[in-house]
Amino acid sequence: MIIETTALRKSFRSRKGTVEAVRGVDLAVAEGQVFGFLGPNGAGKTTTLRMLATLLAPDGGSAVVAGADLRREPGEVRRRIGYVGQNGGTWREATAREELVLQARLYGVSKADALRRAARSIEAFQLDTFADRKTVTYSGGQKRRVDIALGLVHDPLLVFLDEPTTGLDPASRSHVWDEVRRLRGEGMTVFLTTHYLDEADALCDQIAIMDGGLIVAEGTADELKQQVEGDVITLGFGPDGAEAVVAAEKLLATEPYARRAERADTDLRLYVAGGATAMPQLMRVLDGNDLTVESVELHRPSLDDVFLARTGRSLRD
Amino acid sequence: MPSLFRDTWLVFQRSMLLTLRNPTWVAVGLAQPLYYLLLFAPLLKNVRAPGMAGGNAAFAFFIPGLLTQLALFGTLFVGFGLIGELRDGVIERMRVTPVSRFALLLGRALRDVVTLVVQAIVLVVISIPFGLSVHFGPLLLVLCLMVLLALLGASVSYAVALILKSEDALAPLANGVAMPILLLSGVFLPMAAAPGWLQGISHANPLRYAVDASRDLFAGHITTNAVYEAAIILLALTVAAVIWAARRFARSVS
Repeated sequence: MIIETTALRKSFRSRKGTVEAVRGVDLAVAEGQVFGFLGPNGAGKTTTLRMLATLLAPDGGSAVVAGADLRREPGEVRRRIGYVGQNGGTWREATAREELVLQARLYGVSKADALRRAARSIEAFQLDTFADRKTVTYSGGQKRRVDIALGLVHDPLLVFLDEPTTGLDPASRSHVWDEVRRLRGEGMTVFLTTHYLDEADALCDQIAIMDGGLIVAEGTADELKQQVEGDVITLGFGPDGAEAVVAAEKLLATEPYARRAERADTDLRLYVAGGATAMPQLMRVLDGNDLTVESVELHRPSLDDVFLARTGRSLRD
Repeated sequence: MPSLFRDTWLVFQRSMLLTLRNPTWVAVGLAQPLYYLLLFAPLLKNVRAPGMAGGNAAFAFFIPGLLTQLALFGTLFVGFGLIGELRDGVIERMRVTPVSRFALLLGRALRDVVTLVVQAIVLVVISIPFGLSVHFGPLLLVLCLMVLLALLGASVSYAVALILKSEDALAPLANGVAMPILLLSGVFLPMAAAPGWLQGISHANPLRYAVDASRDLFAGHITTNAVYEAAIILLALTVAAVIWAARRFARSVS
């Protein structure tokens, strides 16, 4: 295991009182994986990440990161990991090449070696067209690639990416996804946080869903989805369906095939044992009560359904 | 220890590079004492007060004070730049590397020291035609005092910036502190002319010792009590401030 934590916790004191940001996290991350922390804002993902990257001292618990004890040898942890913060970290007036050289030198390598490493990163991350311009001139996607390159210039065993695609346009986003896949192909362990369901689904070998400072579910995307048994039927009642959706929820929630019903705006999500047999039955109920459905969709549970099942809330809210 | 020197040098190089890319502030910092030199110092020729002579000697009295003022205003506001770096995530990025925490402070403070010493030399050179007589040895000691003042002021400014993390909070604080320190240091008129209670308060002001010592040094007196006092007091305060600020760099920046 490249990361192992036991009962890791952290709380913050503010004027309003104490906030328990992380309330006891147990993690085991295997080497060579893309491990994803999925959860809404404020779930404690970033706080956990910052603790594992030595930026915050835990209040309790223990962790071994890349073979070094987090609390006893933070210097050793720093040497072995890379970390890319949510907003990156470059000087506006410096160029990507200058930043890469400095970053490598901060890890103790010689100037000649640092120059070589910077050139290698510029090639690997395709930064060559802008590497010698000031970072203040970069687009969001360009800057994010530089940020990630900076976190990797010293060849760490493990890299932490905090919300690597938040705020990026779709093209830059898929570029970052490609980079993450390339890194995994090279044998690196990538630990990322995200609040995008599709990102966790598409990119991560292993996912831990976090909410309220705790891990509420963990496994591969498929394992997690299998935890939500049966199918999901989403009924759309259209923009004027505010009353209809409430009435439908009341009617359908008591049907024998319905396990659970969740309302989101004028959509009703119904968790059922078998979608194919439930569909005609529920349509009969709705027709018999003069409720008009605009759209019906039958699908396998998504990660959002897992989140909903575990927390009672939707990640999309 | 070698890694501390190496890391400090790396951080210094980068800070200096960025300062040289945008040298406006270095020039603006020098403009203020120049205004005082050109637009205020001539008034002092006709002022008589205990501890100060008239005529051209007024410049010899005033210029050491101007140097200290330059040190105060040149370093107390360096924290603003650091808050920008905090916001851009540069500090966080550095803190995840094995770089020495002392180096994060010392590299930046060293840049401020170099900037101030260059400004001070420019000011001294410009002052020579106004009747300032300069001796090499004492001038070197004055520059040593400047180095201590710069380290002290910059460390305090960085530490406070790391605590407040906001320009809006730092600006009124720095301004509110700078003015009384300046007025109580005897830069404009000798504190010997002040009533007893004001003199009493001024003894709690570290800048006063720097002003008194540099006046003695410019007059060619090296082994005076004022010089010793300034050396001991400023050295002690600087060591304390550097340790304080380096600790703030090591602590969480969230």
